[in-house]
Amino acid sequence: MEAKAGVIKNADGSAMFKMGDTIAYAAVYGPRDLYPKFMQNPKKGILRCNYNMMPFSGSGERVRPGQNRRAKEISMVTEKALLPVLELEDFPNAVVDVYVELPQTDAGSRCAGICAAAIALADAGLVMKDMIAAVSVGNLDGNIVVDLDKDEEDFEGPVADIPVAIIPSTGQITLLQMDGEITPEKLVKALELAQETCMRINEVQRKALKDKYAGE
Amino acid sequence: MEGIQVQDRAIITPGEVIATGMDYIPSMGTYRDKERIIANKLGMVHIEGRAIKVIPLSGRYMPKVGDMIIGQVIDISMSGWRIELNCAYSAMISLKDATSDFIERGADLTQYYNLGDYMIAEIVNVTSQKLVDLSTRGPGMRKLQGGRIITVNPNKVPRVIGKQGSMVGLIKDATGCRITVGQNGIIHIQGTPKQEMLAAETIHKVEQESHFSGLTDKIKAYLEQRVKEMQLDPTPLIIDEPPRERPMQQRRGPPRFSRGRR
Repeated sequence: MEAKAGVIKNADGSAMFKMGDTIAYAAVYGPRDLYPKFMQNPKKGILRCNYNMMPFSGSGERVRPGQNRRAKEISMVTEKALLPVLELEDFPNAVVDVYVELPQTDAGSRCAGICAAAIALADAGLVMKDMIAAVSVGNLDGNIVVDLDKDEEDFEGPVADIPVAIIPSTGQITLLQMDGEITPEKLVKALELAQETCMRINEVQRKALKDKYAGE
Repeated sequence: MEGIQVQDRAIITPGEVIATGMDYIPSMGTYRDKERIIANKLGMVHIEGRAIKVIPLSGRYMPKVGDMIIGQVIDISMSGWRIELNCAYSAMISLKDATSDFIERGADLTQYYNLGDYMIAEIVNVTSQKLVDLSTRGPGMRKLQGGRIITVNPNKVPRVIGKQGSMVGLIKDATGCRITVGQNGIIHIQGTPKQEMLAAETIHKVEQESHFSGLTDKIKAYLEQRVKEMQLDPTPLIIDEPPRERPMQQRRGPPRFSRGRR
């Protein structure tokens, strides 16, 4: 696991987050003017996320970049995972754009994307109650595991893949999805494991930010 | 555990607990969650007596009433100009706040400020919806002609200016440039090309090394060395600005009997 803040110079805030073989880059632009105008919210600023897997990022076949059903969904869940900690009341009619790009993936890309985006948002100097850490947990052939890779996800047998995003200070969950099957008892255990892991991820995220600014 | 949890002047990230207990008061960049005071911005912790604040290190400029800024004209409307401030919102300046001249209805406004022109102005009003009004009435506020524009992180502007303008004064004296620093991080430098180059270089150095203590002395030594290296002549360039020209009035519409100002 590796994280670095301030990797994209032109962005207002940016970060790289690497977990296993999955690498995510996030760039934050704004707050800035929002067009088209009908999307503006006069009460507070809005958050707009964009998730994109690069053509060569998958294992083997070319991934068609740009919008598709899956990218749209992940963009939406990323936005909803990050929004609870962001305070955008000071930016009416404005937008904060988050671009998540994945040059290399091995499952768990939405979690890596969220982790990178949280660092980038803090780097952009936005007001946020806390950071967000995310990880996928699951059930692999009866064992509770954390951060599944592609081979584990594709395992032929009972598998559950559960991406979780957590607000570290309160332990509140801002993202919870599931693919596969798991027993209720194991789900509770898996979520406990996710809490523990997210605290460790959060330490890495904070260290990345401190490393950038301590040298400045 | 009671009291302060982190060191003064430490770098802090959003969500980190700075202090516990009711002995301290949350100020800028922090919030209270029951017993704890937590940072809600990335920045440097600053403890002033009982008040705890976080000085931001990044982020865009936020327009504030009374700030002197440098902006660029991005649009011309019927009754004024729209100015880009290098922040989330653009500002408006009306005819009356931009010039003291009498302007006929339908006159060509580009003769005062054209698209792409820079100006030094003061923010006179910011509404809850972040509509920003500017004015160039006041000392030192004008249209910028010649020189060059550089941009720095708006959070570093206080360091670039220094205590009572010590830093910017130092750079001015050593290079002979005329330097104006806008609160929004846009800086205008005017001098000979060589002087401008050194001034821009030095300002970027200040921005990068803003956290060091004794920065003024360091910059002083750096400037002395560079002036020698570049064989720079620090005599200020005489900028002969023409007196505010008043464009010829071209009247449109039907003839009028009484001429002159109202």
